[in-house]
Amino acid sequence: MDPIYIILIIIGVLALFVIILYNGLIRLRNQVRNSWSQIDVQLKRRNDMIPNLIKTVKGYAKHEKELLTTLTKERTAMMKTSDMKKKAQHSDKLSDALKSVFAVSESYPDLKANQNFLQLQEEISGTENKIAYARQHYNDMVLRFNTKIEQFPANMIANSLGFSKREYFKTPEEQRKNVEVSF
Amino acid sequence: MFDEVRANKIRSVILLVFFFILIAAIGAVSGQVYGDIYFGLIIASIVTTIYILISWFSGDKMILSMSGAKPVTKKEYPHLYHTIEGIALAAGLPTPKAYVIEDNSLNAFATGRSPDSAAITVTTGLLKKLNRQELEGVVAHEMSHIKNYDIRFMMLVAVLLGAVVMMSHIMLRSLFYGGGRSRGRSSGGLMIIIGILLAILAPIFAQMIRFAVSRKREYLADANGALLTRYPKGLADALRKISKDTDVLDKKTSKSMAHLFISNPFKKEKSGKESFFATHPPISERIKRLEQM
Repeated sequence: MDPIYIILIIIGVLALFVIILYNGLIRLRNQVRNSWSQIDVQLKRRNDMIPNLIKTVKGYAKHEKELLTTLTKERTAMMKTSDMKKKAQHSDKLSDALKSVFAVSESYPDLKANQNFLQLQEEISGTENKIAYARQHYNDMVLRFNTKIEQFPANMIANSLGFSKREYFKTPEEQRKNVEVSF
Repeated sequence: MFDEVRANKIRSVILLVFFFILIAAIGAVSGQVYGDIYFGLIIASIVTTIYILISWFSGDKMILSMSGAKPVTKKEYPHLYHTIEGIALAAGLPTPKAYVIEDNSLNAFATGRSPDSAAITVTTGLLKKLNRQELEGVVAHEMSHIKNYDIRFMMLVAVLLGAVVMMSHIMLRSLFYGGGRSRGRSSGGLMIIIGILLAILAPIFAQMIRFAVSRKREYLADANGALLTRYPKGLADALRKISKDTDVLDKKTSKSMAHLFISNPFKKEKSGKESFFATHPPISERIKRLEQM
């Protein structure tokens, strides 16, 4: 066989190989993006409910001003920043503050009897849970993506094709199960 | 995980082909009795094709309505919805539809053709008696069935093999009570042949339904469920409550659907004596494995 054909075949195989690899990376990257938007949706949902919660709690629990201020502060801070680590930090503080709100609500029987409050409590703790799960999934996807582009043979082409490592939405380990609301 | 998905897809296709051949063969035998083998074959092929299409596209709806499950809104069951949505996020799947069976027993199942058209059903008893982590554990177990495409295969097993088992019951009954006698003689002869054929096949099929739930499948869903919640104790506690509960599902659940549920709706597990033919692995063993994780 003419050597030119052999070279062409080799080039063809290599090209095919790169295309498969590239498509795999694209798919993975889109999964990472999609899982990030899932977190974002939940964070926004929670942010939308917080003013409502503050309004409801204010009427019953007059002595918890400080706590409510923290809520507002962390909420605004989280909305403003685009840095992943800071966002995660503010989100955690927000979760803690919400947990405290539901904890202190125990000592306000009128508040606890308020239908609107109960509904918000279920909505918010449900959303807290979803944030935790969306985070877990996002971090899993990032781990997979980062591992993939570091591994041979993807590492040979990942950089030159514009794939770079993604940042985790990291959380302290105990964060996962912190929104237990006991009645 | 992905191997499991492929295996389930292949199993589903094999089941469809097998079902088609079986019914076509019965059609050919009936045709032979009447003297025209091809006529029987063609009619049976058309009927089977239609039934297969119905099973494929609305087998899940058949199962849901047979089990007495009703679709519920987020307003009615916010707690259930939040749990399902959360676990779907953890699994990276679209949120399945939520269904509820009004019943005091503790049980749950998932069905559907694929993760895009899946549904999770729980009993009201389950919602009442389990706490949040336990419910999450159960939902995560069902979500793993969805992710693995177990739901597709188990759905087809229920509606296809279930139909054969049901048909054989009807045939046998009409034989015993002389349903065929009123018609012509040749018709009666046909009935007897098909009846005998199905009488032989029915127990074999019933057995196949039991094996469809291999223990491996349930253990795998338990393990993957625990991976989703990162909290094996939730599902372990839920299973413990389920096994201790004495309520049995009231609804007339067809035997061909037992394999769909998280725990056998007909049982009450006899201590220690776990049958080789059981539809489900022993709950005590499942709890033990979860607690070792």
